[in-house]
Amino acid sequence: MFTALFGSVELGLIYGIMALGVYLSFRVLNFPDLTVDGSFVTGGAVAAIMIVSGYSPILATLAAVAAGFIAGSITGTLHAKGKINPLLSGILMMIALYSINLRIMGNSPNIPLMREETIMTMFQSFWATLPFDGWMTSLFTTLNLPFTPSTWGILLFAILIVVVVKLFTDFFLSTEVGLAIRATGDNPRMISSLSANTDRLKILGLGISNAFVALSGAIVTQYSSFVDVNMGIGMIIIGLASVIIGEAIFGKGSIFKITIAVIVGAVIYRMVVALALRVGFLETGDMKLITAIIVIGALVVPRLLENGKERRRKYRKARKIKEQYGGEKSVAATKSDL
Amino acid sequence: MLQLSQIFKVFNEGTTDEKAALENVFLDLKDGDFVTVIGSNGAGKSTLMNLIAGNLTPDVGKILIDKKDVTRLKEHERSKLIGRVFQDPMAGTAPSMTIEENMAMAYSRTRKRSFIAKGVTKSRKTFFKEQLESLGLGLEDRLNAKVGFLSGGERQALSLLMATFTDPSILLLDEHTAALDPSRAELITDKTKEIVGKNELTTLMVTHNMQQALDLGNRLIMMDKGQIIFEAEGEEKQRLTVERLLEEFQKIQGKQLANDRAILSH
Repeated sequence: MFTALFGSVELGLIYGIMALGVYLSFRVLNFPDLTVDGSFVTGGAVAAIMIVSGYSPILATLAAVAAGFIAGSITGTLHAKGKINPLLSGILMMIALYSINLRIMGNSPNIPLMREETIMTMFQSFWATLPFDGWMTSLFTTLNLPFTPSTWGILLFAILIVVVVKLFTDFFLSTEVGLAIRATGDNPRMISSLSANTDRLKILGLGISNAFVALSGAIVTQYSSFVDVNMGIGMIIIGLASVIIGEAIFGKGSIFKITIAVIVGAVIYRMVVALALRVGFLETGDMKLITAIIVIGALVVPRLLENGKERRRKYRKARKIKEQYGGEKSVAATKSDL
Repeated sequence: MLQLSQIFKVFNEGTTDEKAALENVFLDLKDGDFVTVIGSNGAGKSTLMNLIAGNLTPDVGKILIDKKDVTRLKEHERSKLIGRVFQDPMAGTAPSMTIEENMAMAYSRTRKRSFIAKGVTKSRKTFFKEQLESLGLGLEDRLNAKVGFLSGGERQALSLLMATFTDPSILLLDEHTAALDPSRAELITDKTKEIVGKNELTTLMVTHNMQQALDLGNRLIMMDKGQIIFEAEGEEKQRLTVERLLEEFQKIQGKQLANDRAILSH
């Protein structure tokens, strides 16, 4: 159980990068971009095929980021220049990417990376030279905790990379171009009257968003030593779930806080899924259903709570006024024979 | 400063909904001119604004700003030269961003936006504060407040400041007080007078309010059915009254009516 939770924190952090990408398109640009389902796999596929072909995992990961950027820019161009509706541009790109991903993977639906050097194994072998894991193991045994993770390296690596992406996002959104991108999602009419090219900003924003998504896909692939052409299905919903869970818990504050919230949202999502899969009657195949239910819950529950609060407030107010003004003074008989 | 020559614009050409929005319009604004534009609905005032700003392009004709031909430039390319305040107080600012961020975006209007330079820096903040102080609304103490929390009047004052503090070649005011309550409208009118006067901005202001059109500016034009039908400048404008304007309007319309009748009777 603890091992599963520990694993889900690692994975949640890596998926947090994807969630930051979804935050950029969905919230900042106000563009529901479904490219994500495809570009996640594109990232994994590019990284996997390059690693298998003997390139450095770092170069492979960077290439994955570039591929994601291109995919996102094409979606942006379809929308901005081709005047195609946002949802449709994303769906078109997602469908197109399915075939492209297969091509990248040399027409095989999956590529295993067993025994290949990946960015994970590179960091692990560096990590093994440090005494940190040994310290933690002895600490855990002296504290008599029920489980000891075999290594902290992957967790640390995941934290490192997601923090870098988060800080980059925070910084970028505060630059002059970043402000203009935010305004493009918030009030396009205003920002184009302030000499900003909203078409270009949308293309750029979607490019960066999908670059994040592809980075996440590349790292997930190297984490699980496996890429599958279908692993992107429902990815947009997972990203949305992370954004919505994060916002539901932390509210909407500054960009700095929201990007933390989105990452934490991604981790919580993974943990909920891990716990749900331990329930006896649920199977791995039920994952997508569980995801959908989590998102529906995250969307509906806060509203229900809010409604309840509002009802109680009105009820209290009504009682107070009744006490103050003394009950049914002018309740006239209503006509019911209409 | 701003020259329009022989502008024609027709909407839905060749259909039953065809409407000539502007017909043979010439307009020449000298440096520092403050022109108010009046006219009834459908007279072509908004079309004129949108043509200058670049939301629309004319079918025929040329638009020059600062002696530069901008006729084919897109809105975002032209707006390097143009400051604009919209009628809707919500249109000129980004609600989910802070006052200082909005100011920073307006500050970048005349330059190329940078990928690495921060929009809000310390020195800019001081500058924004000074600018906001000149509005006298206390906004300088709320630099980090989201603009969505401001009232309509405050947002419009901020929009006006954002359109003007970077010294545009042309300032376009598109019925910018029409959506406000009378006291707020008066405030914005006063601020407009003050800011335009101080910076000697070349300004084109559309309004529905005849009194406002008379109070502000050194030139006045009246539009009807896509044409400029009356112009007054300098002392002649100062002597104008609302009654005279209405008279003038009826006189011209009456003439047209007579013309129409003459055509129909033949």
